[in-house]
Amino acid sequence: MKDPKLKPQLRFQINPGGWFEGGSSVEYTTNDWRLERPVINLDKCVGCLYCWIYCPEPAIIPLDREGRGPTKVEVDYDHCKGCGICAQVCPTKAIEMVREEVKV
Amino acid sequence: MMEEFKPVRSIFEIPRKERLAPGHRACAGCGPMIAIRQILLVSPEEPIVVNATGCVEVATSVYPQTAWIVPWAHVAFENSAAVASGVEAAMKSLKRRGGIDKERPVIVFAGDGGTFDIGLQALSGALERGHKMLYVCYDNEAYMNTGIQRSSATPYGAWTTTSPFGKVWPGKRERKKDIISIVASHGVPYTATASIYHWKDLMTKVRKALSYDGPTFLHVYAPCNRGWRFDPSLTVEVARRAVETRFFPLYEVEEGKYRITVPVPKPRPLEDFLSIQGRFRHLLRPEYREALETLKKMVDDRWTWLERMATATSKS
Repeated sequence: MKDPKLKPQLRFQINPGGWFEGGSSVEYTTNDWRLERPVINLDKCVGCLYCWIYCPEPAIIPLDREGRGPTKVEVDYDHCKGCGICAQVCPTKAIEMVREEVKV
Repeated sequence: MMEEFKPVRSIFEIPRKERLAPGHRACAGCGPMIAIRQILLVSPEEPIVVNATGCVEVATSVYPQTAWIVPWAHVAFENSAAVASGVEAAMKSLKRRGGIDKERPVIVFAGDGGTFDIGLQALSGALERGHKMLYVCYDNEAYMNTGIQRSSATPYGAWTTTSPFGKVWPGKRERKKDIISIVASHGVPYTATASIYHWKDLMTKVRKALSYDGPTFLHVYAPCNRGWRFDPSLTVEVARRAVETRFFPLYEVEEGKYRITVPVPKPRPLEDFLSIQGRFRHLLRPEYREALETLKKMVDDRWTWLERMATATSKS
């Protein structure tokens, strides 16, 4: 797999027997799928975690563990596909979708 | 026989251990992925997942990577319930011979094509044999993976590539199959419908279903933005409106007793649900008024039937 046209992450190594580890899709980044990026305004965020429960990826990461009440979140920009569900469900409108700009 | 189960009361108690990794190739704003994440998060122990062919299987297991952090088996469209039966029987046998201490829950994920159409006879067989498993049908109401062909879960009047609308057809001309009644008539202990917007309801139903010693079934409404033709950010909103317009009632059948878990005393007009989706938008044109009335009547009749079933079975 030495095709220079492929993304570096697609030039993979195949293990003997063809096995691969569980959860290995984290190696594949989907950030180039995105048209708009979610930007969280942490001053407005109340830590309700609605964005986390509705994220299909999961690309929203809570900063605290469970059982400790409301917690703020951060976005995994390597895997966010920019669908905008988090901004749509946010009760305080703390998430804004900002257009991605490509540097030429 | 039912073990104790803990209903989900707060979002902050839900374990944060992800069992589905990011980087899978599902479309942005995928409804089925939200459903699967929510179900895997609340499973009390690490489950064994059997996955029928479909969008979820294709998107999560692109060689040489996998998004699953749980034991997972991909099987053909038609035999997911049969394979899950085998897994459950093998675990039972291993436990009896001292190979393992405890059985793990077995969860099947199959789409509406793999449940309503192709996998129905394997599902029926597994339900009849009474294997302890949770069968989850994520319902995106057509064969989305192959290019939006109609299935028997597609509702009346919906556009798909094989049920187009025109001068003669108003979209799909047949009604949606009532899978919960089919499953419930096997005499299984627990069946329910759920929706990704009502996560608390969905997660409580998952825990309740896994606490039963027998086959249980969950029908999860999972909107597909590509096939239903709406903006990716509206996936959850569409699921919400489906429930609030009584289009998709949330109820459970527990030991033969019907109960509406999310009552809708004041439904929103059905147009609220139809107008944000491209597959139904033609029904709002004057020439399809007859089809719209038929669909409204179907929704009303279904709710009336459900209320009647709930009152009739709660007394006994």
